[in-house]
Amino acid sequence: MLTESDEAMPLRTSDDVVRVRQAVRARAVAAGFSLVDQTKIVTAASEIGRNTVDYGGGGTLRIEQVRNGRRRGVRLTFTDHGPGIPDLTLAMKDGYTTGSGLGLGLGGAKRLSNEFEVQSAPGQGTVITLARWI
Amino acid sequence: MSNHRNVILSLIDRHFEPLLAEWLASQRRDVGPGDARQAAETAELARRFLEQLRRCVATQSADIEAAQWQPVRELLEDLSRNRAVQGFSPTETAVFVFALKEPLFALLRQEFGNDTDQLAGETRSTSRLIDRLGLYTIECYARAREEVITRQQLELLELSTPVVELWEGILALPLIGTLDSARTQIVMESLLQRIVASGAETAIIDITGVPTVDTLVAQHLIKTISAARLMGADCILSGIRPQIAQTIVHLGLELNVVSKATMADALALALRRSGRAITERKLPATTPEA
Amino acid sequence: MAEIPILRIGDCLLVSIQVDMHDRLAMALQDDLTQRIVADHARGVMIDISALEIVDSFIGRMLNNIAAMSRVLDAVTVVVGMRPAVAITLVELGLGLTGVRTALNVDKGLALIRRIIDSPEHDDADRVR
Repeated sequence: MLTESDEAMPLRTSDDVVRVRQAVRARAVAAGFSLVDQTKIVTAASEIGRNTVDYGGGGTLRIEQVRNGRRRGVRLTFTDHGPGIPDLTLAMKDGYTTGSGLGLGLGGAKRLSNEFEVQSAPGQGTVITLARWI
Repeated sequence: MSNHRNVILSLIDRHFEPLLAEWLASQRRDVGPGDARQAAETAELARRFLEQLRRCVATQSADIEAAQWQPVRELLEDLSRNRAVQGFSPTETAVFVFALKEPLFALLRQEFGNDTDQLAGETRSTSRLIDRLGLYTIECYARAREEVITRQQLELLELSTPVVELWEGILALPLIGTLDSARTQIVMESLLQRIVASGAETAIIDITGVPTVDTLVAQHLIKTISAARLMGADCILSGIRPQIAQTIVHLGLELNVVSKATMADALALALRRSGRAITERKLPATTPEA
Repeated sequence: MAEIPILRIGDCLLVSIQVDMHDRLAMALQDDLTQRIVADHARGVMIDISALEIVDSFIGRMLNNIAAMSRVLDAVTVVVGMRPAVAITLVELGLGLTGVRTALNVDKGLALIRRIIDSPEHDDADRVR
């Protein structure tokens, strides 16, 4: 697996989430994603990005354009040093929310991605990695 | 290795025309002469290749992927692309490069006949260089073939799944043949785009011409119907064969859409929904003029 | 900070979301709309999302909230102009727009609002979403 490009962005305010959407869109376009695939990964980025700002106390996003043989993809890594997610299985279920949201953040983003991984524990922050391939 | 390059350089310089002639003869032996025009084109191409090869070898760069070898690579890319598009086989294309080995080996034997070690070394290096160039040619060919096939697939797709406007505000998508996941996705996306473009509030998806439906395809159908509804249009499914109906029930799929046996029934429903009625008109007694 | 303009067409309000929304803007829009529905005695609210390239659960939440508030104030909400890529993604995301009707464009949206308001059984027998 080859990383063709690598970009890091702050995720502290809701304006940052807007910028993240634009940056992920640009990477997806550069990787040759179809419009639907672009929309899916940008939406997933928006979901997780918001979580990072709203629940993670702010963090960073790393955007990588990757290649695995002939296949090209985009990988996003969201990192925060917030309170962490106490019950992952519960958090991945649709409808679960600690806020006033629809609670679709994690489960929904997972459905929109080809790869999805969460590392989190109370007091240890959260790292969420998702990827979409052509 | 620079010695080897100088050897090749010197051979090409001193024996250009004979080498070219022998190379072309070798190609003809392997794949046949082809017609007169092809033969002329190939001869021209071979001459240019040998000239570029000489130039690139002279740059003292050993790596054919390096910038200095670009002219040779471009030439091979063009050759591969043209041959792929014209329907030549991979062998017929690669022979262009590999046929250069024998003539070069012959020249090497002439040059180093008495020195077996040097001959062996030079032969090995030459073989390696030609191999690398030949493999590069095959890579380009494979890529070009893939592009041709992809383009043809898209054209076939467009031809075989047209979206028709049956009436103002009523679209029909007659699906024909077996649906695979990729094709179904593309077709469904284009249906949704047509819905937006035409402002049609009803889309009839007819699967009379589809022999079987598997879970994946059924899921795509369901997702498309849901997406259309989210956008503000409704779908009607028509032409479901008995076997498909059984499969759907058997798989436990919730279609959640109105389905009619025939497209005619679906059209009647669509017209009713859009507030239209078909009335009978009394036909004139005399036959109208054609 | 840019504001989202709210236009009046007869007894309907039309909101056209053109920009990439952040939280403050979304909150402001919900507040403005609620006030305008009351002030203008609006019977219908049309939200044009044809310029939106993505709709995430945040925007979905906002649309659902607007629909809920309008319903309380006896107004019908219609979302128009959803792009195909957005619709496909929403289906995949599993986002349900409850209590929100949809139409292909502003014209059809207005016609839909008219049909609903003018029908004797207002709000009855809606299509399953």
